[in-house]
Amino acid sequence: MSDPPAISVAGLRKAYGEHTVLDGVDLDVAAGSVFCLLGPNGAGKTTMVRIMTTLARADAGQVRVAGHDVAEEPDAVRAAIGVTGQFSAVDKLLTGEENLVMMGGLHRLAGAETRRRTARLLARFDLEDAARRPVATYSGGMVRRLDLAMSLIGEPRVLFLDEPTAGLDPRSRRTMWQVAGDLAAGGVTVFLTTQYLEEADELADRIALLDHGRLVAEGTPDELKRLVSGGHVSLRFPDEASLAAAVSAVGGLPADRDALTLRIPSDGSVASVKTLLGRLDEQAINVKTLSIHTPDLDDVFLALTGRAPDQAPDHGPDHGPDHTSDHGPDQEEAATP
Amino acid sequence: MTALTLTLNDSSVMLRRVLRHTTRNPATLIMSVLLPAILLLLLDFGFGGAIRIPGGDYIDYLVPGIVLMGAGYSVSATAVAVATDISEGIIDRFRTMAISRTAVLTGHVVGSLLRGLIGTALVMLIAVAVGFRPTADPLRWLGVLGLTALMLFAIAWVAAAIGLATGTPAGAAGFAGLFQILPFLSGAFVPTETMPGWLQAFTANQPMTPIASTLRALLAGESPGDTAWVAVAWCCAAALLGYLGARRAYDRRASR
Ligand SMILES: Nc1ncnc2c1ncn2[C@@H]1O[C@H](COP(=O)(O)OP(=O)(O)OP(=O)(O)O)[C@@H](O)[C@H]1O
Ligand SMILES: [Mg+2]
Repeated sequence: MSDPPAISVAGLRKAYGEHTVLDGVDLDVAAGSVFCLLGPNGAGKTTMVRIMTTLARADAGQVRVAGHDVAEEPDAVRAAIGVTGQFSAVDKLLTGEENLVMMGGLHRLAGAETRRRTARLLARFDLEDAARRPVATYSGGMVRRLDLAMSLIGEPRVLFLDEPTAGLDPRSRRTMWQVAGDLAAGGVTVFLTTQYLEEADELADRIALLDHGRLVAEGTPDELKRLVSGGHVSLRFPDEASLAAAVSAVGGLPADRDALTLRIPSDGSVASVKTLLGRLDEQAINVKTLSIHTPDLDDVFLALTGRAPDQAPDHGPDHGPDHTSDHGPDQEEAATP
Repeated sequence: MTALTLTLNDSSVMLRRVLRHTTRNPATLIMSVLLPAILLLLLDFGFGGAIRIPGGDYIDYLVPGIVLMGAGYSVSATAVAVATDISEGIIDRFRTMAISRTAVLTGHVVGSLLRGLIGTALVMLIAVAVGFRPTADPLRWLGVLGLTALMLFAIAWVAAAIGLATGTPAGAAGFAGLFQILPFLSGAFVPTETMPGWLQAFTANQPMTPIASTLRALLAGESPGDTAWVAVAWCCAAALLGYLGARRAYDRRASR
């Protein structure tokens, strides 16, 4: 494909006061692909999305979205994008339908076209029954789905989704995945952030891993998983004697004596688990429970940065999913009265 | 479409939104009538006997002040509405769209103006029911309408600026509360000459005083003279400052 990238970021930097949030990020997203930005709390995902969607200004670097520079031609960028932020941005006093019709009006669609798209989106996101109720009466998942529907009514060429499945039940999550897949199939570029490797694996053509404002890895899901060998089998034993016997049987791996568990690296295949259990059986070692663990974000982090994501050293205590809103005032703004 | 028609389109979508809020949550409109009405009855029947106004009924003196009270309430309602939009994140959504930059504010301001005019009309009707007898001719009524609308417009821009600058509904309500006190520190309820000298320096020269006396003169069928221009000048200055302040606060939120 010779198309120019839908998103290109070069040397992006952003700091809030002394705190460097983005420390030289470079990436390209091919048009019509799904790109997934993976990172733990406070990694800088939302900050990146805010810069790419013209909500915040970069300190340095160049960001182009849909062929336009976000700093120089913000309106051209805005005309091409749809955004679903991490915290939902819907009008709670209006009904779901009115929210969508309002968005249609702001996209300057004709009345009939707005009604057509509204009906289609309400059906697609399973909101038909609630369409005429004020959003204040919606559940969290319904608000989230409406939020996503609102960012689609303008039929954007590039769609930004900041943790779109946070707080969704498995069914809504699948709907979201399907929507993202369908959009990409229709030529829309999707940029999404998530904390779940599973989600990135499911959706993304390419994944980038953000940690402390730097990309520590980038590639296809398979390339990334090849880097990670975090799969293991976890065995629990009824007593310390069995645990000790097992440790010597498998060749001296460190065990968790308090939890009476032992982690043994494994690809999770039936054959390898059989072999392992066979070896323990030979020595009549009693195993209480067994669980197979496939690589997740923790393992990716462990493999790539040598530490678990929640052990990140210099994160302030002021972020995380319980952080209710990032629209509040900050250091750069005038003191509020 | 030209830039102007685009701006009109976006602003009218936003205005429809604000009017829906008002009908869905009528408490704001009800309070903007109820509070001034209660104050009217309290001042007229409760304290009216103790307040002597040379040459006339106290209620005729009082009504412009009550109108200003309603406008003061409208400031906090609008400031809170704008701040709520910020704290709920919907302003951020609008800012990622290629729409006219201040459409959302224009929607709030025009909505606030319409709410204020309806409230004022209702308060006047209540006043007439309890004995208010305006003697204005049609031209003077037009003047009353014009000045009231101009004042509500100015105050709405100031409210939008307060809402944007504070960014939280509680902060906006607190700050805008000052505007509810302002009519009491003016010649709206009692002549400023009856106040101590140090207070007069403020009360005689703050905008509410010329606005109240202009409205009072017009309603009584008299000529307001130069105070009318002072009142209009204050309103224009406040509208301009509010507008510039609101735009600045709006842009500043974008530069984070
Ligand atoms: N307006 C701001 N003022 C000051 N610091 C900020 C501001 N916005 C973000 N930060 C800081 O930047 C860092 C990255 O925040 P960001 O919201 O981008 O993280 P994230 O990867 O989206 O995390 P999460 O998964 O928790 O949403 C955090 O340490 C946060 O405290
Ligand atoms: Mg985030």
